[in-house]
Amino acid sequence: MRIDFTVNGTAAQVAVDPTTPLLDVLRNELDLKGARYGCGLEQCGACMVLVDNEPVFACGREVGTIAGRHVATVESLAGHPLHQAFLDEQAGQCGYCLAGILISAKALLDRTPSPTRAEVVAALDKHLCRCGTQYRIIRAVERAAALLAHGEVR
Amino acid sequence: MSATTLPASLATTPSPAKWLRFDPDRTVHLSVGKVEIGQGIMTALAQIAAEELDVPLDTIRLLAGDTDLAPDEGSTTSSLSIEVGGASLRLVGAEVRARMIARLAQRLNCAPADITVADGAFLRAGVPTGQDYWSVAPEVDLVRPADGATAPKPIAEYRLVGRSAPRRDLPAKISGAAFIQDLVRPDLLHARMLRQPFRGARLAALDEAAIRRAAGGELRILRHGNFVALLSANETVAHRAAAAAPTHAQWENVRRLTPAQQEAAWLVGQPSDDREIGDPGPAAAGTVVEARYSRPYIAHASIGPSCALAENRDGHLSVWSHTQGVYPLRAALARVLDRRPETISVHHAQGAGCYGHNGADDAALDAAVVATLVPDRCIRVQWRREEEFGFEPLGSAMAISLRAVLDPAGKPIDWTAEIWSGSHVQRPAMGGNLLGHEALPVPAPDPRPTDPSEAAGGGGTRNAIPHYAIAARRVLHHLVPGAPVRTSALRGLGAVANVFALESFMDELAARAGVDPVTYRLSLLDGRPRAAGVIARAATMAGWVRRGPGGDGHGWGIGFAQYKNRSAYAAVVAEVEVEREVRLRRVWCAADAGLVVNPDGMRNQLEGGILQAASFTLKEQITFGETGVSSLDWETYPILRFSEVPEEIACDLIDAPEERALGVGECTLGPTAAAIGNAVAHALGVRIRDMPFTRERIAAVLLG
Ligand code: FES
Ligand code: FES
Repeated sequence: MRIDFTVNGTAAQVAVDPTTPLLDVLRNELDLKGARYGCGLEQCGACMVLVDNEPVFACGREVGTIAGRHVATVESLAGHPLHQAFLDEQAGQCGYCLAGILISAKALLDRTPSPTRAEVVAALDKHLCRCGTQYRIIRAVERAAALLAHGEVR
Repeated sequence: MSATTLPASLATTPSPAKWLRFDPDRTVHLSVGKVEIGQGIMTALAQIAAEELDVPLDTIRLLAGDTDLAPDEGSTTSSLSIEVGGASLRLVGAEVRARMIARLAQRLNCAPADITVADGAFLRAGVPTGQDYWSVAPEVDLVRPADGATAPKPIAEYRLVGRSAPRRDLPAKISGAAFIQDLVRPDLLHARMLRQPFRGARLAALDEAAIRRAAGGELRILRHGNFVALLSANETVAHRAAAAAPTHAQWENVRRLTPAQQEAAWLVGQPSDDREIGDPGPAAAGTVVEARYSRPYIAHASIGPSCALAENRDGHLSVWSHTQGVYPLRAALARVLDRRPETISVHHAQGAGCYGHNGADDAALDAAVVATLVPDRCIRVQWRREEEFGFEPLGSAMAISLRAVLDPAGKPIDWTAEIWSGSHVQRPAMGGNLLGHEALPVPAPDPRPTDPSEAAGGGGTRNAIPHYAIAARRVLHHLVPGAPVRTSALRGLGAVANVFALESFMDELAARAGVDPVTYRLSLLDGRPRAAGVIARAATMAGWVRRGPGGDGHGWGIGFAQYKNRSAYAAVVAEVEVEREVRLRRVWCAADAGLVVNPDGMRNQLEGGILQAASFTLKEQITFGETGVSSLDWETYPILRFSEVPEEIACDLIDAPEERALGVGECTLGPTAAAIGNAVAHALGVRIRDMPFTRERIAAVLLG
């Protein structure tokens, strides 16, 4: 079946079984490797992407349900202050969890440009990080909010 | 330095040409055997090399872990990459620099001492010579072995080492493809495994039609003894087949587990290999105090399940793996596949953090076996989440009985640790099996569980001997070869449970003596200034003097260890609130790891160790069902979440540039577990001696 949608602002068209997980389509049909397989169970957040600006678990979302919708992956975040903030804070160890976390952080900042720490934590709580980088990640999101507030959007 | 004291990596590969070369694009190409496992080692090694050569950091290109192209540095384990790999690179850099300068001095007819290096260019008496490494390199023999005799740069002249450098690998990891899971090769065939439940199990029946129906696409089912792979050009199809396969397979001769076996206490009294280390008995006379501590089986639980690629073309097998050691993996693959090692190349590709021996090498064998049977395709094996939890080697459960004889002042004069544990290292080179080998038509012999020697830091005994000044200290180690699950190296090995036990016990002894826990520890650290230094610093950072009498649900605790009793020193203070569950509020840590290469990288490692240990201590336990591990997802095996992270973590590095540079990946785990245990005891006025400190366990204690 042919499915049309938008990925990172570009039209995409795939011919696959509509029950295929969006994650597999992004990674294997569209060669976008930023969303990652962690559990396939909607439990870890490694696969997080935006669908119409809402964070969703790409591992659990059938591609047929996103026809006509807008998908954004971490590949679309180049130049976003979140990138700079994560590098400034060196918020990463192995980095496997980060792509999904950046997506949830983006959704948070779009909605709540100056989040409290509790709001940051709540927005990221569906994500797991086994390396124990959470403390730096929280600070990085707060830093990105500060960069945004100062208009340092590149 | 004589040749006999060369660091292991350099002794194995003494030729500088194997470590570095100067490429025409004015870069320095560095080849190393230690690999990136999320610890930032590539950044630190680049700093070390750039420092010795006096080249800009951004001229360094790195290739890590490759049996064709990089030196054999064994495995990336035991916090040794800086200590051994870094030390080797430092000597290589010094040697190369000296040979280059010698050659140029000859050419310019001057003394080598007249030549200095700045940004990779040579100056004579401070004046540019117009020559640099790249112009001189063609005339210099870098193949001739280094003997380690060239003195490295004095530490006082360091300008890169000791300054924070950003992680080289981070930009790629936050923007897209960066991992082995993201590798794409021609002729890709996706593979998923149907796993043998345990060694010895026989596949009696497989409903292939049902699996094909579940797969919903073109599928090849590859059976080879009890080794079963599900292959498809379409990953979704292979994955669906694998998810359905276990319910359509009937196995015979499956070992049965009981719930009691998932507890550390089960190990006590099992048949064991016993040994005694430390001071001989009999114990001194005096007041005797005893307590038993434990931790359960714990998973590495990498966020990215194991993955490997393999292709067998023209008689050569190429394997991509996130293994901790490409050469040991190649040797193991050669043995299992009965091939000469020269016919196999293993290339390292980065995976998610592994924290020790997880499924990485097993996935590599899976891919290699399939590639051998299905040549000329690139076989990509991706373990499922359930498979990772169900089949990765686990960190062993441990039961630890401590017994101290006290002097009249309440200080220990005799200390005995009795330990029951499964093996802490069952890598293939140490008596273990690659998992898939047990399912092949000619299966692996039963594993022969052993443990690292004391010279290597021990396994179950790691850090069992207290660092404190106690007249007699001994360990009775019961290695239980019949542990019900496969166990192997998990970050810190036995040190996590041993330090949890010993530092908890120290607090119990301090309380008995009516002495503050910090004061009590310091009184036993005469002549051990680095240990006393980190404890005092952590206490100061935390404002330890504010610590009240406790018992009001608010607690402070401290934990300390020198990792392996010979590596980095760390002291951790934890502040907790305990109501129905433990809430970790703040953590302070002081560490002394000698010369610091990358301060921010080191802090990152310390913080990661602290949070992972907090997760172990508060939440984690593998559970068993009838036929194997039953905690197969993140709901049944919860780990620390964002909402449970302390609001503050502060790490101080003690500056000790004259001391050997040490790794810090593992040094905080035991101290953190102990600090939390002690803080909870302080908060509740009751001691919990078994990890993890779950809500159920707190409730049980509160109900008395
Ligand atoms: S892979 Fe989707 S939540 Fe884990
Ligand atoms: S940085 Fe490794 S899982 Fe988050």
